[in-house]
Amino acid sequence: MHADTRHFRQAAGKALIDGQLQKALGNVKRGFIAKRAKARDALPEFDRLRDEARDIKIHTLAHLDLYLSRFEDKVKAAGGQVHWAETEAEAREAVLEICRAAGAKTVTKGKSMITEEIGLNAFLEQSELKVVETDLGEYLVQIRGETPSHIIAPAVHLNKEQIEHDFRERHKDLPPERQLSDPVQLVAEARQVLRQAFISADVGITGANFLIAETGQTVIVTNEGNGDLTQTLPKVHIVMASIEKAVPTLEDASTLIRVLARSATGQEISTYTTFSAGPRREGDPDGPQEFHVVLLDNGRSSVLGGPFQDMLRCIRCGACLNHCPIYQHVGGHAYGSVYPGPMGSVLTPLLQGVQEAAHLPYACTLCGRCEAVCPERIALPDMLRRWRARDFAAKPPLAGAKPALKLWAALAACPRAYQLVTGAAIRLLALLGGRKGRIGRLPLMGAWTKHRDLPAPQGQSFLAQWKAGRRK
Amino acid sequence: MTDQPATSGSRPRIGLFVTCLADLFRPSVAFAAVKLLEDAGCDIEVPPGQTCCGQPAYNSGDDASAKRLARAVIDAFEGFDHVVAPSGSCAGMIRVHYPKLLGGDAAYARRAEQLAAKTHELTSFLTDVMGVGAIAGRLERAAAYHDSCAGLRELGVRAQPRQLLGGIEGLELRELAEPDACCGFGGTFSVKYPDISGAIADEKAEQITQTGAPLVLGGDLGCLMNIAGRLKRRGSRVEVRHVAEVLAGDLDTPPIGEGD
Ligand code: SF4
Repeated sequence: MHADTRHFRQAAGKALIDGQLQKALGNVKRGFIAKRAKARDALPEFDRLRDEARDIKIHTLAHLDLYLSRFEDKVKAAGGQVHWAETEAEAREAVLEICRAAGAKTVTKGKSMITEEIGLNAFLEQSELKVVETDLGEYLVQIRGETPSHIIAPAVHLNKEQIEHDFRERHKDLPPERQLSDPVQLVAEARQVLRQAFISADVGITGANFLIAETGQTVIVTNEGNGDLTQTLPKVHIVMASIEKAVPTLEDASTLIRVLARSATGQEISTYTTFSAGPRREGDPDGPQEFHVVLLDNGRSSVLGGPFQDMLRCIRCGACLNHCPIYQHVGGHAYGSVYPGPMGSVLTPLLQGVQEAAHLPYACTLCGRCEAVCPERIALPDMLRRWRARDFAAKPPLAGAKPALKLWAALAACPRAYQLVTGAAIRLLALLGGRKGRIGRLPLMGAWTKHRDLPAPQGQSFLAQWKAGRRK
Repeated sequence: MTDQPATSGSRPRIGLFVTCLADLFRPSVAFAAVKLLEDAGCDIEVPPGQTCCGQPAYNSGDDASAKRLARAVIDAFEGFDHVVAPSGSCAGMIRVHYPKLLGGDAAYARRAEQLAAKTHELTSFLTDVMGVGAIAGRLERAAAYHDSCAGLRELGVRAQPRQLLGGIEGLELRELAEPDACCGFGGTFSVKYPDISGAIADEKAEQITQTGAPLVLGGDLGCLMNIAGRLKRRGSRVEVRHVAEVLAGDLDTPPIGEGD
C-alpha cells in the first residue's frame, strides 16, 4: 500500500471547499443510508443475522489456519493452484509470474481492494502489461489516474459531467458529436469500450468476498456482471484475496452475503453472486484453463490474537464509511489510504504502521454510528481509542495536545486546585461574554472560535453555589 | 437495568454527578436536575470533590489519567443508591467505559462494574428507574430535539426525554431530518479538526433551521454548546437549551450562548 496519510488535514480542508465533491458526497448519504435502512426494516431477522455473521467470523478467525489449509486442499483437488504471499511484493511477483507463464499481454480486472492494497496495476504496467479495470467505477478511476474513494463505490466522488468529459478525452476514436449526457449513454459507451478488452484479455484478475473452505470456491458479488466476464473469458483466472476472507461453509457464505448486500447498498442480494471453483472441467461450456488463488497476508496473521483481531472480521461492506460524519464531509481521498473511513482508520495503522498513520484514528468524533451499523458489530470506536492510546504513550511529553491534556487531568485529580483555577477562568470568560453571553474570538481557543462562538459561562460554578447554600 | 425501583417509604439517595461542563458553564442545568430528581422523590447529594469523569483523557488516549480520574469518581460515588448525570456522554463514560478501562485493576474492576450498573443519564433515570411518565408544564413553542450520540447509542436514550416532554402543554416537538447524526463536537475533535467539525455542525444547524422551530433541546451540554455556537455564528435566532431546564420550568435563564 502506498498511501500518503500524512496530509489528511490539508486534504480534508481542500475537500471541504470542493463544491463538486461536496455535491457528489451528498449522494452517499441520500443513496446508501436510506437504502440500507429500508433493507434492514424489511428483514425482521436482520439483527439476528448480524449476530450470526459476527459469530461465523469469530469462529473462523480462531481456526484460520485450519480453514485456509482446507480451502487450499479443495482448490487443488479442483485443479486450481494456491500461492501464499506474505508481503505485498510477494503477491505482486506471484501475479506477474503467472502472467508471464501465460505469455500475457493484456489483463482485465474485476473490482478488488486487495489489488489496490498491493499496488498491482502500476506494478504490472511497469512490467509491460496492459491492465484494464472492468468495473465501471474502477475504470473511471483508472482513466483519471486516481485511486478509489470508497471501498464499494470507487468513483462515488465523481459526477456525470466529469465522467462525460473524461470519456470524450479518452475515447477519441468515437464520434465527437455523440450524445453522452445521460448516464445510460455513459454506461453503454463503457460497455462498448470494455467489450474489446474482455475479448482480447489473456488473464483475468478478480478479488474475492469469500473463500469457502468446505468447497474450495471463491465468491464475488458485483452489480455489473463485469466480474463474470473477467473470470470466464481469458484463459487464466487469478483470484487475489487476503487470508481473512476464509469462511467454513457454503451456508456461512450465504449468511454473510445476506448481511453484506443489505449493509452495503441496501440490496437483498447483489445482481451477480458468482462462485468459482477451479478451471474449466471437461464438458463445461466456458471457464478459464488455469485457476490461481493468491492468498495475501500482508501483516494480517500478526493481528491475530492481538487487540485488533476483531478488525479482521470486516467484510468490506462500506456501511461504516457511509454513516461516518467525517467521511461524509471529506470523502475517501482525503484519508490518503486505500481504506478510508472508520474501518480504514483502524486498518491503515495495522497495515502501514502506526507512525505512518497515527493521526487517522483522531479523524473521528467517536459518535459510534459506524459500530451501530457494522454488520460484523466491530467495535470501531473502541479500536480507534486504542490506537490513540498507543500514539499517546509513544509521543514525547511536550508533543501536540499532550501537555494540555496532562495539565487538565492533573488539575481534575486535585479538586481544590481545580476549583480555584477553573473558577477564575469561568469568571474571566463570563466577563468576556458580556451581555451577549458568547465569545466570538478567543486567544488560545482559535480552533473553537474559527467556526463557532463560544457560549460564555454563567459566572460561578455550580459546586461553589451549592456550597454557598444555593439550591435553585 | 440492575436497579431496584425505589422501595416505598424510603427515598433513594442520589449522588449527582454534575459534569464539568454543567458545573463550569451552565449551573442552571444542575439546579434543574436537582429539582427534577427531588420532585421524583429522591434525596440529592452533591459530593464536593467531584471534577471530571475523565472522558477527555480517555478519548485522547491518555488512559493513565483516565484511570486516575475514574478511580476518584468511584471513591466519591459508590456509596449512593444511584448516580445521575445530566449528560449522556458522562453517564456513558461511567456506565459503559469505566468497566473496560478498569477491567485489569484488581482493586477497582468490581467496583467499576457496580458503579456502572447504578449510574444513569438524567432523563432515562427519571423514566426507567423512577417511573416518571410525563412532566407537567406549559410552553407554547415548537422545539427540535437533538439526540446526542453517546446517550443515543451507548445508553439507548431516545424515547425518554420525549416522553417526559410529552407533559409540557403547548410544546410541539419536531424531529430533525437526520436524528441519528452527530453534531460534529466529538470533544477534542472539535479543536483538533475545527474545519471538519465546523462543517458537520453547520449541517446540523441547517437541519435545525429547516424544522422551523425557534428552540432546540438536547441532553448533553457539549453538543449543545457546539450547536449553539454554530447557530449563533450563522446569525440564527434559534434558542438552545438543555432539556432539564425546560422540564424543570426554568425559562428565565438565558438560552445557551445568549445574554440577558
Ligand atoms: S468495518 Fe463493518 S461496516 Fe465497516 S466495512 Fe467492515 S464490515 Fe462494513
